[in-house]
Amino acid sequence: MSGMGGQGAADGPLQRAAAWLVRLERLDRRWVFLTMGLAVLVPILWIGLTGRTFPETPTPAAQAVFDQIERLPEGSRVLFSFDYDPASAGELQPMATSLLRHCAARKLKVVCMALWPLGSNMAERTIAQVIRQDFPDRREGVDFANLGFQAGNEGVMKVTLTDLRKAFPRDARGQSTQDLPILQGVRSVRDFPLLIVVGAGYPGCKEWVQYVVTACGGSLKMVGGCTGVSAPQLYPYFPAQLSGLLGAIKGAAEYESLVNSAMGGETPPKYLEAQRRMAPQLFGHLLMVGLIVLGNLIYAAGRIRRAAA
Amino acid sequence: MLLQRTIPLWIAIAAGFLMLASSFLRPTQGLGEDFANAFSVIAAIAFVLGAGSLLKANLAKVSRRDAGWGFAVVTLAAFLITLTVGLFKVGVHPSPEFPTAPFSGSQQAADTPFGWLYEYVMVPLTSTMFALLAFFVASAAFRAFRAKNAAAVLLLVTAFIMLLGRTFAGVVLTGWLPDWASGLRLENLSVFVMQVFNTAGNRAIIIGIALGVAATSLRILLGVDRSWMGGGGRG
Amino acid sequence: MPRPRGCRWWTAVALGALLGAARSAMAASDAVDAEPVFMQERLPLLTWIVCIAGATAFFVWRSRRGKPPTIRRIAALEAVDEAIGRATEMGRPVLFIPGIQDMDNIQTVAGITMLGRVARTVAEYDAVVEVPTSRSLVMEAAREAVQASCLAAGRPDAYQPDRINYISDEQFAYTAWVGGAMTREKPAACFYMGCFFAESLIFAETGNAIGAIQIAGTAESSQLPFFVAACDYTLIGEEFFAASAYLSGEPDLLGTLQAQDAGKLAVMTMVVAGAVTATLALVLAWKDGEPWPVLQDASALLQRAMGFQGASSD
Repeated sequence: MSGMGGQGAADGPLQRAAAWLVRLERLDRRWVFLTMGLAVLVPILWIGLTGRTFPETPTPAAQAVFDQIERLPEGSRVLFSFDYDPASAGELQPMATSLLRHCAARKLKVVCMALWPLGSNMAERTIAQVIRQDFPDRREGVDFANLGFQAGNEGVMKVTLTDLRKAFPRDARGQSTQDLPILQGVRSVRDFPLLIVVGAGYPGCKEWVQYVVTACGGSLKMVGGCTGVSAPQLYPYFPAQLSGLLGAIKGAAEYESLVNSAMGGETPPKYLEAQRRMAPQLFGHLLMVGLIVLGNLIYAAGRIRRAAA
Repeated sequence: MLLQRTIPLWIAIAAGFLMLASSFLRPTQGLGEDFANAFSVIAAIAFVLGAGSLLKANLAKVSRRDAGWGFAVVTLAAFLITLTVGLFKVGVHPSPEFPTAPFSGSQQAADTPFGWLYEYVMVPLTSTMFALLAFFVASAAFRAFRAKNAAAVLLLVTAFIMLLGRTFAGVVLTGWLPDWASGLRLENLSVFVMQVFNTAGNRAIIIGIALGVAATSLRILLGVDRSWMGGGGRG
Repeated sequence: MPRPRGCRWWTAVALGALLGAARSAMAASDAVDAEPVFMQERLPLLTWIVCIAGATAFFVWRSRRGKPPTIRRIAALEAVDEAIGRATEMGRPVLFIPGIQDMDNIQTVAGITMLGRVARTVAEYDAVVEVPTSRSLVMEAAREAVQASCLAAGRPDAYQPDRINYISDEQFAYTAWVGGAMTREKPAACFYMGCFFAESLIFAETGNAIGAIQIAGTAESSQLPFFVAACDYTLIGEEFFAASAYLSGEPDLLGTLQAQDAGKLAVMTMVVAGAVTATLALVLAWKDGEPWPVLQDASALLQRAMGFQGASSD
């Protein structure tokens, strides 16, 4: 029995809006998936057609990564660990590409390695994309090397603290690391001034900090790149144990813009991948905000209807 | 009982304490590495059991024509093709250093069938599965992020700051703020949230987890908790 | 009740012996001019381990003397029986995922421990538990745990090894299989107990879509938000490690939870002391232009005790 007051309340604009919103509570989640797909796809197409990207202002963490590589004198050795696989390459490959490009441009000697089974493939792909194409004068084994993948997770990290060659007796080509010119005078990871880790999970940046950087007591600097979900648990280590951090594709875009500005000239598209992905990220995030607001409006509408009933 | 519970318990306790000692005593460091290698060897041998279980389960599904048996056929085919191509180095060119040795090349080279499987099957499939997260996080946000209480409102405000601050939208919305109020710009606020609130919260969680790991490990090392062997309690 | 002197005395003796041995080792190594046996830079870590182990021994002893601690109610663990009961009523299986890491990960061990308890309840309720695993060793450990649990429940016939299978070491291959199995078989209760990464949200959302009751537990802080958002109950960090002790109710195990809390109290005290000391040193230095050496020394000592070896924060 509604009565006059109830009938008036049921016809009010607020009630009508609430009734309409409550219907959305049972919205099939496939509509949400479709909207997200369009929010990502349309910007990708737009950027592909126009080639335009958003300007990036580097945060302190990304600037620190750039500065750590810039401070190294020419010819310094750098250990680069590729601890990710194709699943996270969307987020991490752009930062790995820019990091290797920056090192090669600074004429640093890069020793690549991997603790993920597919990390060695990612290292080879990045080397082929950056060094072999844009720095063809660099010689494998002398100016750069890929030590390949080694199973053992933290166990390998601990061994590198004392004997790098014991951890990696052969490189990815099958050649003995005893004879590699790039490793002459290197006994362990402590002989590198900088460690670069691009990690997607376990083992990754956190394990390198816990087992290697802490054990070196400050003599080894480390910069890292990680996925968005891993960034919150790595921020506590910055800037003490982790000298620089690239968190998610945003960090990659900031670092990429720093490197491209430093290199100058026309930037090939392969060095703009992170910045190109910021547009889909923007619209994806805006959609998320919209969905959260809509979800809360539906919740409020439900409360209004329950209160009226 | 001796073989099933007592001996495994003593192996676990002895190995655990030796691994602990290897973190502090230099002469035992090699022992710690040997135990870690031994685990890798055992895991590799155990893979044979796993593969056997995989084959048995999927073959049984196919023979019984259970619901979804077609997927079992795909699994078996993928398993056998990848195993054959990789194990027997099908289509692999000999290494230039040993041109007369047919199996000297690497099956992971780009121009081999195994490399093709990696590049055109493995990479797209794993990337696709990872990309599903974007859709699922949207549906989770729509369903679950409701401002039911003060803590939830705080969470939502922080979520908006992070979502907008990590994109160009933050620059557009708050870039006009003067320099003396630059701390209120969304991009700077998001960095502040990560460096202060997130760091504090994560440190607390990490410390709690570390103590939990230590206590659990001690329980197992001292034999107080044997439920990891099954059956429950100390039985 | 008078304080037990014997235990305290023995603990002191043991501590002294350990430290004495370590100091002797260092002295001996100095004398023979070789690399020291004991890694002196890890002394703070060893001290922490000894303190936590000592606290564990003390609280276990205390619990055995009839003073078990009171543990606060953990909703996720109270809901385990309810979830399994729901699955039994609906005639649908229980899904248990012990994470995607191997047995060398403590979270996987904790997950297998939980599996043992869940399997016992499942056997008692005459339900079915499916355990897809991502590692072969975990499959074997899970089979052993479930078999022992069925025996302990007096239902050896309830053990079905074919329901505990190895799927794939590859993260997303495993995720795809589990997602497909959940969509087809529609388990009524899903337990996610172990170490998870990116697949956590995929599992949780799929479980939501099929209407399952979901209880998760992990120590991966990066995945906790996804489980909290999408699951009905979540064991956060140390609650996950306390689950085994909580469910058993045994005084010995509950005593170790008190040791955990004692460790947390010690850390909190040192954090507060360090923050106050560092703040005072900063404030007084700003005020007078000259830092108080005693405050700086105290701050440095606290940092060393916490294990920081000269890593600066500037």
